Amino acid sequence: MVSDLVNEKRDTATVTRAERTREGRTYLPYCDILERENELLIHADLPGVRTEDIDINYERGLLTLQGRVDPRREDRRFLMREYGVGDYHRSFEVGEGIDASRIEAEVKDGVLTLHLPKTESIRPRKIAVRSA
Amino acid sequence: MLANRYGLPMVDRFGREMDRLLHTFFDGAMVAPRTRLFPAVNVWEDGDNLYAEAEVPGMSMNDLEILVVGDELTIKGRRNAPAEEKVAYHRQERGCGEFARVLTLPVPVNADRVEATLKDGVLTVTLPKAEEAKPRKINIRNA
Repeated sequence: MVSDLVNEKRDTATVTRAERTREGRTYLPYCDILERENELLIHADLPGVRTEDIDINYERGLLTLQGRVDPRREDRRFLMREYGVGDYHRSFEVGEGIDASRIEAEVKDGVLTLHLPKTESIRPRKIAVRSA
Repeated sequence: MLANRYGLPMVDRFGREMDRLLHTFFDGAMVAPRTRLFPAVNVWEDGDNLYAEAEVPGMSMNDLEILVVGDELTIKGRRNAPAEEKVAYHRQERGCGEFARVLTLPVPVNADRVEATLKDGVLTVTLPKAEEAKPRKINIRNA
């Protein structure tokens, strides 16, 4: 099962606390996690984050994505305010079945896509049946 | 409908608690966030313009339609579901489908000069106020 491959890190507090140096709010980006034959994909909505402001780290089984958003001017005269603006942060536990050294990322129109290749050993293989 | 994240801040100080809350929220009922309005819109103004900003990640200008008719601003479009076979979803929080928001503008605008930009999934619509709606400085004469 894939829950063994990628799991959302439920308790991010211990990981994030030390690194938080900026003021303001941090949001969990909405994510899709889907599985292809040879890889897992994570799509994360990071609207307003420039490519150079996205940090993705993998360390000891923990994949962390972070997006920095420039604080917007608070002196604006808001007539309607339906959402807040702030940084993004989310972590995922990555299991043994993922080849962490080959994780790749791309971003387009505010959506980050992470490719997590499965290790050879867990890829589905077709076993040829010989007639005896 | 798409889900949006307003009202669900993960404040650092309460990070642990909020995180758990969010998980309950997402794991328990995907129905709930999908009934929310999409996209969420922030509107502000200065002396010359109204500004409407919306987060529409994953969309290009071709996916969006922006209309100003009378005192109404309409933002509509669609976010396509990835058409891919042999894919198993393990988590799906990002919505897809058609959406439309209609906002009533507080002052008359010059519809011919409305401009929209889209950058990194954030749409910004600039609506120049009609002349009669702009603030005027009143000169005081010495009597």
